[in-house]
Amino acid sequence: MAKQVLMYGNTAIGEAAIRAGCQCYFGYPITPQNELTEYMATHLGRRKGCAFVQAESEVSAINMVYGASAAGVRVMTSSSSPGISLKQEGISYLAACQLPAVIVNMSRGGPGLGSIIAAQSDYLQSTRGGGHGDYRTIVLAPASVQELADLTHEAFDLTEKYRIPVLILGDGMLGQMMEPVVFKHKAPKKPPVRKDALRGAKNRKSKIIKTFTSNPAELEEINWSLFRRYQMLESKEVRHETYMTDDANLVVCSFGISARIAKGAINAVRASGLKVGLFRPITAWPFPYEAVKKLTNNIDHFLVFEMNMGQMLEDIRFGVGERGDVSFYGRPGGVIPTPSEVARVITRHYYQKGL
Amino acid sequence: MKKVYARPKYLKKVHFHYCPGCGHSIVHRLVCELAEEMKIQDKLIGIPPPGCSVFTYNYIDTDFVESAHGRGAAVATGIKRACPEALVFTYQGDGDIAAIGTGETIHAANRGEKITAIFINNAVYGMTGGQMAPTTLIDMKTTTSPFGREKDIEGFPIKLSEMVALTKGAVYIERTTVNSPAGIKKTKKAIKKAFQVQMDNLGYSLVEILSPCPTNWKMREIDSWKWIDEVMVNEYPPGVIKDTTNEQKKKKPKKKGKKKK
Ligand SMILES: Cc1ncc(C[n+]2csc(CCOP(=O)(O)OP(=O)(O)O)c2C)c(N)n1
Ligand code: SF4
Repeated sequence: MAKQVLMYGNTAIGEAAIRAGCQCYFGYPITPQNELTEYMATHLGRRKGCAFVQAESEVSAINMVYGASAAGVRVMTSSSSPGISLKQEGISYLAACQLPAVIVNMSRGGPGLGSIIAAQSDYLQSTRGGGHGDYRTIVLAPASVQELADLTHEAFDLTEKYRIPVLILGDGMLGQMMEPVVFKHKAPKKPPVRKDALRGAKNRKSKIIKTFTSNPAELEEINWSLFRRYQMLESKEVRHETYMTDDANLVVCSFGISARIAKGAINAVRASGLKVGLFRPITAWPFPYEAVKKLTNNIDHFLVFEMNMGQMLEDIRFGVGERGDVSFYGRPGGVIPTPSEVARVITRHYYQKGL
Repeated sequence: MKKVYARPKYLKKVHFHYCPGCGHSIVHRLVCELAEEMKIQDKLIGIPPPGCSVFTYNYIDTDFVESAHGRGAAVATGIKRACPEALVFTYQGDGDIAAIGTGETIHAANRGEKITAIFINNAVYGMTGGQMAPTTLIDMKTTTSPFGREKDIEGFPIKLSEMVALTKGAVYIERTTVNSPAGIKKTKKAIKKAFQVQMDNLGYSLVEILSPCPTNWKMREIDSWKWIDEVMVNEYPPGVIKDTTNEQKKKKPKKKGKKKK
């Protein structure tokens, strides 16, 4: 059996990426994800046939990702909120060209330069495309170091399978905490190169990767084909976790690190007899609306808890519809509430609702 | 009878969309000729950003990856790092390389990326309708410098090639013209050398080409060609700006095969 190691979230992503056959990494320093960039410099940069470049900006880094992906290799970049804003141009081009890429956002407080402390304020940016044009990215929202590692590995498969950029939406806290992790895969001896790679017209006709067209009808068709794929994903690749929802009167809905905090809070209130459960989307896009809807069969009350001003709240409201009531507790700006604070909020809410 | 000229093998059999008298089509032809003569067509990957030449891939029969405005050098870096055996060139206008893409260009050159930039300097933004470019000359009228470029308001024409030459990673930089047979010949030689520098793994190479844009200069074709010689070369003198190929070759170990970091 693979052995357990103690690792930071940030470095676990790097190790998982290398084991998934990531061949190129392009990044630009920003807290709280620097350990990942540094890990790739140390462990990927000098591997045979691999490349690490510290770019001059996030804009450059994502465009390097675009180039490397066109050349058919597994490629990743990472950043945190302000840097992810700069990457949106490139993500839009990746989506348009249907080029695989893994983009990690260990998000922090905003808007503006904000703070370097963990926050979840990039949920809407992540799940609604983020850049210009009609497109989506797959958004994976892990809640532990093990899940960070597992989903990083899977992200490389998903992005190649569906030809859609995959975003890993973590946060500064996940990145900076240490937990035991098991890597289930060994790094390939030779990183794979995609069959459709563009590497010169050797023994084949020349190929073009492009987004621009002077024909709106052609562009409309491209948009349609993207959206057909998005629809397929909405039925096939939706993941979520529920925790103690079977007998619950109230379900707390959280993603990523806030789900982790909520779990602690739920354990505490359960100990005093409150029937509270947790709903956690693992894919923030495509969002598990159906799973939320199913919960409304037995549950009337939902409390959304996020480290922002209510972003996933929109998705929960959409999933619950008229079949239940949805309340919200949010802490933006990089404030990380403790499980006992959240437990107090849940308890107050529970009794206010007369449950 | 001796054949002295034929349509280049790798120039696709379609009509150019360029205006009459435009320099883009000449440079396209030169790249096609070199692809054949240097036997590199199957290695070439071109990167055209937005600009009049965004459709370069419709004409030159090699692999192409379109880039976002100004990001050519970064995209080229990504491709080259993922596929070092490719011969990667960007094909950029002056707005693209000397305004929005200056950062990418300087840093790619400074890293000594083994890529080649073909830089078409026509002193205006062609595709968007003749706005002022960073390379627009003092007193030159464009749609966004309608009274003529004034140094105190719009600043000075920028010398991107000379700036790039300051980086240690840039090995070969030359400025040429395409407004005369002699200029065209020199341009071809320069692009050939730039490709060779890349193939020899020596570092970054760039060829800046002064190219007429009769449409946005609002001149007759013949006058635009003359204007390059009479006015433009005074700001942008043609010639080799930097060439450290010999020093770089000396530094390289004799043994081949031990490349890349
Ligand atoms: C981010 C972004 N900003 C602006 C544009 C619009 N745009 C397209 S081409 C271009 C400049 C073209 O000028 P140049 O690079 O000099 O090339 P030319 O057309 O003269 O050959 C601009 C500003 C764009 N495509 N993308
Ligand atoms: S606008 Fe100028 S650069 Fe563009 S095709 Fe016409 S002449 Fe050439």
